[in-house]
Amino acid sequence: MADPSPPLYADAKYREVPFEEKQRLFDEVTADMRWETSLYGCYECGICVAACPSARFYDFSPRVFAQVMAREDVHTFYELLNESVWDCSQCFSCTRCPRQNNPGGIITIMREVAVNHGLQSAKDALKAYSRIIYKIMSTGTQVAPDMLQPDFFPDWGPDVQQVSDHLDVWRRAIPPETLHTTELAWDVSEKTRMELYLIWKLTGNLEMIERIDEGIFMILEEVMEELLEEHGYDIDDIESVVD
Amino acid sequence: MSPLNIVPSGPPPKAKDRVFDRKGQMPEEYYKDQLFELEAKGELIVHRIDDEKQKPVEIETKFGRTKKIAVDNTWHHKSCGQCGHIPGYSTSIFWLARELGYSYHDPKDQSSCTAWNYYASSTSNPAAQAAVAVRNFAQAYEDGYFPLIHCGTSYGHYKEVREELIHHRELRDQLKRVMDVLGKPVVFPEEIVHYSEWVHVMRHRIAERQQRDFSGITATVHPACHYHKLVVEDAIYDRDLYDGQRTAVVSGLVKALGAELADYSTWHDCCGFGFRHILVSRDFSRSFATIRKIERMKEEADPDVTVTHDTGCVTTLDKSQFAAQAHGRNVGIPVMSDAQFAALAMGAHPYKICQLHWHGVDMKPLMEKMGIDHEAAWAEFEEQAARIEAGEIDFMSWDDC
Repeated sequence: MADPSPPLYADAKYREVPFEEKQRLFDEVTADMRWETSLYGCYECGICVAACPSARFYDFSPRVFAQVMAREDVHTFYELLNESVWDCSQCFSCTRCPRQNNPGGIITIMREVAVNHGLQSAKDALKAYSRIIYKIMSTGTQVAPDMLQPDFFPDWGPDVQQVSDHLDVWRRAIPPETLHTTELAWDVSEKTRMELYLIWKLTGNLEMIERIDEGIFMILEEVMEELLEEHGYDIDDIESVVD
Repeated sequence: MSPLNIVPSGPPPKAKDRVFDRKGQMPEEYYKDQLFELEAKGELIVHRIDDEKQKPVEIETKFGRTKKIAVDNTWHHKSCGQCGHIPGYSTSIFWLARELGYSYHDPKDQSSCTAWNYYASSTSNPAAQAAVAVRNFAQAYEDGYFPLIHCGTSYGHYKEVREELIHHRELRDQLKRVMDVLGKPVVFPEEIVHYSEWVHVMRHRIAERQQRDFSGITATVHPACHYHKLVVEDAIYDRDLYDGQRTAVVSGLVKALGAELADYSTWHDCCGFGFRHILVSRDFSRSFATIRKIERMKEEADPDVTVTHDTGCVTTLDKSQFAAQAHGRNVGIPVMSDAQFAALAMGAHPYKICQLHWHGVDMKPLMEKMGIDHEAAWAEFEEQAARIEAGEIDFMSWDDC
């Protein structure tokens, strides 16, 4: 498809990226099954911006997302995809929209497209976050007590040091038996992890990680391979059910 | 030219005279009908709330429909943020069930919903998210207990999954193929029930067993975004609470326990959690939590405590205050969940059960107002911790509380 609006975007960012590439990613967003219930039009009333926490501290506007997508402005779409898409708080306060738009939902889809294509901007945005991805995908719980370390949460005050110093004893001083853990939020069974690993492989989730952080992917694949093998599965034989 | 003939129609109605009729906004679709239709076609099993087993309580939701809240024999779908970083939150939920005489199952065969990661990074897709949800639901079904969701994000996200499964045949097909490999049925519960809804329908029973006087306590409430902004139709609202304009959970409990429910202007704002931000970009979370929420509450209500009902909200609102205090900002409000607030009212131990030592803001002035001897309570906790450390006991049991 030829670029219908070159003069307007003559000094736009990402001029080096071919229009066709931008259009392809735009089309992937609008082809998502959730797209049809994400955007119905925009009054430009700004209610979404007023409700948005990210708009108060970043150069970010949910209204811009709604309008750019409605106008099919692929140049600005590509700019958003590489920049402010990662500023969204995903709180969905923007669903206060009187047209029932869901800018936060549009952003979820856009981020997914950015990850699926391994965009450098997505890799940069998630660089410090990768170890969390490893935690959730390998253990089945997102955060763990042993993450409460002063070097990771220096701004949370001296209580973090206290927790860290007494972690093992304090975890066992919690009545529910499932919480006597330090590396996991709760005691997740091996069966649960094995089934999760099957899900990551069957749904193409593991391959998404490969596109965004090859190092994390390799460690994760090794952990998954070992457990799946113990349960009689060959990780290479498991094919994705998602196109 | 003649002047415009404007006939005054009288002043607008006073706020107190307005009638808020939610029925006019009710969505045409009803998830329960749709789930039962899919079940009739053989596409899934609907996990029903059994009247005898679950002893459900019916309550009105946002647009006037009725929701069934399973009360007994519940499968506790735990929250990673609660269990990992604020364990008194989950412990208080379990303690309330035990004290009120209800059976529950605390499963090891349960994963996180993984939605914290999904909203933070989008390193997943609808098929994986649906499979994680339904794997947990199938396990609850096989275990014979009805799911009770601890986390607000799990609750909101599972409702998103429900919407996607109802409306997208292709996703249901993908899910079926995954569940076949797992050897599990495709199960979806009749209702997605958040623990704060359970607390809400239990609030008068909790008040009946109240041991500590909360009449001197002023509390603000932060409604969790993923409770009342994601798939909003089955969140609980009450015409008699804020005129039905905001969710009744948490606020209803605060009132039932005799504390003063104080309003503030930024109640609808999020806490600043941001999913990715709270872990790796906390300057944003901290700024929003303290400037838009805590300082507003301080200025407008000066509460003794702020009570909320989700993992991220307790964490963000609480932990963000330390750095702000160092900068001389007007902060310093203790933050806890409704479950902890209710447990304290019923006489729960502040450290053994509510585990308040995992929180950041100083709770001692609040405990004193609640009539708790926090020095004695801490000594009791430390005694148990010393027994664990000395190897006398492996862990602290419910009987030790």
